[in-house]
Amino acid sequence: MSRKTDAAAKHLPKIATGIEGFDKLSHGGLPRHRTSLLIGGPGTGKTVFALQSLVNAVQRQRAPGIFVAFEENPRQILANGATFDWGLGSLTQKQLFFLDAHLSPTLVKAGDFDLAGMLAMLAAKKREIGAQCIVFDGIDVLLTLLQDPVAEMREIYRIRDWLADHALTGIVTAKLESRTSEALHYGFLQFMVDCVVRFERRQEGRVSAPTIQITKYRGSDYSAAEFPMSFGPAGIELGATEAAAIERAASSDRIGVGFERLDAMLGGGVFRASSTLISGMPGTAKTTLAGKFAEAACLRGERTLFVSYDEAAEEIARNLSSVGIKLRAHVRSGRLRMHSARSDGISAEEHLLKLRALIRECQPQVVVIDPLTAIAKAGSLGTARTVANRLINMLKDDGISLLVTALSATDDLQAESTDLEISTIADTWIHLSYVVRSGERNRALTIIKSRGTSHSNQVRELVLSTSGPTLTDVYSAGGEVLMGTMRWEREVEEGARKTRQRAEFEHKRRELQFAEARTRAQIRALQMELERQRADLALNSSENDVRHVSTSERENELRKRRSADRAGNSSRKRSGRAAR
Amino acid sequence: MTWRQHKPRARRAAVKGGVVLRLYIVGGAPNSVQAVANLDAICREYLKDDFRLEVVDILRHPQRAMAEGVLVTPSLAKLSPLPIANVVGNLSDKAKVLLALGLERKAK
Repeated sequence: MSRKTDAAAKHLPKIATGIEGFDKLSHGGLPRHRTSLLIGGPGTGKTVFALQSLVNAVQRQRAPGIFVAFEENPRQILANGATFDWGLGSLTQKQLFFLDAHLSPTLVKAGDFDLAGMLAMLAAKKREIGAQCIVFDGIDVLLTLLQDPVAEMREIYRIRDWLADHALTGIVTAKLESRTSEALHYGFLQFMVDCVVRFERRQEGRVSAPTIQITKYRGSDYSAAEFPMSFGPAGIELGATEAAAIERAASSDRIGVGFERLDAMLGGGVFRASSTLISGMPGTAKTTLAGKFAEAACLRGERTLFVSYDEAAEEIARNLSSVGIKLRAHVRSGRLRMHSARSDGISAEEHLLKLRALIRECQPQVVVIDPLTAIAKAGSLGTARTVANRLINMLKDDGISLLVTALSATDDLQAESTDLEISTIADTWIHLSYVVRSGERNRALTIIKSRGTSHSNQVRELVLSTSGPTLTDVYSAGGEVLMGTMRWEREVEEGARKTRQRAEFEHKRRELQFAEARTRAQIRALQMELERQRADLALNSSENDVRHVSTSERENELRKRRSADRAGNSSRKRSGRAAR
Repeated sequence: MTWRQHKPRARRAAVKGGVVLRLYIVGGAPNSVQAVANLDAICREYLKDDFRLEVVDILRHPQRAMAEGVLVTPSLAKLSPLPIANVVGNLSDKAKVLLALGLERKAK
């Protein structure tokens, strides 16, 4: 914003109104030392806009201002202004001077009059307090009193020249009832001023949406589109902050959505600062998944904002705790902010502005909106679509991870995709549906798209339990994923089959073990037999030796006894062999 | 500044039944000049000498005019007799001026 302001300032000095959206679309604010005209029907926010600009100039730029009230009593204006958080009450008469130019109803007009006297008084006041800005609120009231188009024009010129002479930035507000009458009465008013801002209220469905549009700005470029606005605690807020070009860094950081199985299906979770859409009919556990997402964010230590429409935060926390999602603790720790809002009677634009104020206030890293489709309840669908689009873009620009739920009236994907048209802008789209088969209604989860991730294409059954939501194992039969009791039956069947298989295997193993043992036993027996046979053999041969030795020894003995000398040699040889 | 405002009023109370008027003008602005002339004629015709008129030039006394609640010029205030009446414009609409000043009956 500031960069643009500086660039524009070279061409035309501007004074920032402090109304952020407006300063953006006007590229810096209202023209300095020139006259700007705010026109619009009653209750469109002209006076608030003028007063807010003036107060901002006083507080932020230390530029004292004068407020000339033709239409309302300054006391009323002050009281109305005090409802906003501007700190209006703390301003002194030296900073912001109110002139009650509210003409008495008993006033008699006898002939032509002019504003020369009032301007002389204001000039004196300007000198006294050093005012730099002046607001003429409800100048139409005064001009109507002139009852003369020529005189009206003369006085308008008088004001303009006076502003220029006194180096004052002027804001003039004027009522107009409709677009047609304005052309006749205030054509010259628009012609004479340097900047014209038009305020309108559009009826959209059952709600009227205030809008703002710059229709003229001499010497400056501006956004000519009509922008929605709303009245927040800080005054007027404009929904016109998006830059035309999309400049944002893409994060490759993944964040978990709350439970592993879904993360796995998403190929590791969703990208940080991406948008996720969960669509589905009532009761398909959208809120549960949203709650899980919020809880996961809190557990990661991220500031989280949970916005629920038409359902109290306490109710949601209670309901979610039944499926093991504990949000209360995070609310207490301040990590989670739960905000409930009513959706009825508020236009989509207003919802957006309120959300933006809320987001600015709590600076979350993760935002959950449940359900986003609630913003389309009042007002036109067309507006709701652009609002949804802007909301998603706004959060992405701010690097906030977003999860929204969308209520679909039918289970038809085509119908959902055309409803708020968020499915086209969301990065990840998870669809929850009911699968009715064999007398049962089961929840099914499908990831329809997930940009930049290799996500699963399977339809999975979503089961809620006290420990939280989870996805069941996949059993398919005849090309269909089985769910509910069919899945359960299949699971049981599968279990039985496995048990049987295990038993069979065990049996077989034992059999083999037995066979092995038997073979081993046989081997052992044979080995023993072999050993016995060897032993037999050894015994046999040694007996033979002993017999042999004993025979030769006897021969020697006999020889000795016979004293036969010649056989001595052979006797030694033989005894040596026996010793061995 | 305020004493000026009160002093004529005090003096006026002494003038029995007299009309006290105050006209706020802006220097030589056409409407102001015209108002002075118109009022002068009316006073001469209907009030003779039984009136008191103060002409305040806002260019000289802007703060006083502001304090006294003047907005547009020329502006005429009838301070006495009560009720106080205010007339704006160059007073060219004589009938309205007379009506506002309560001089209608005298005109008949």
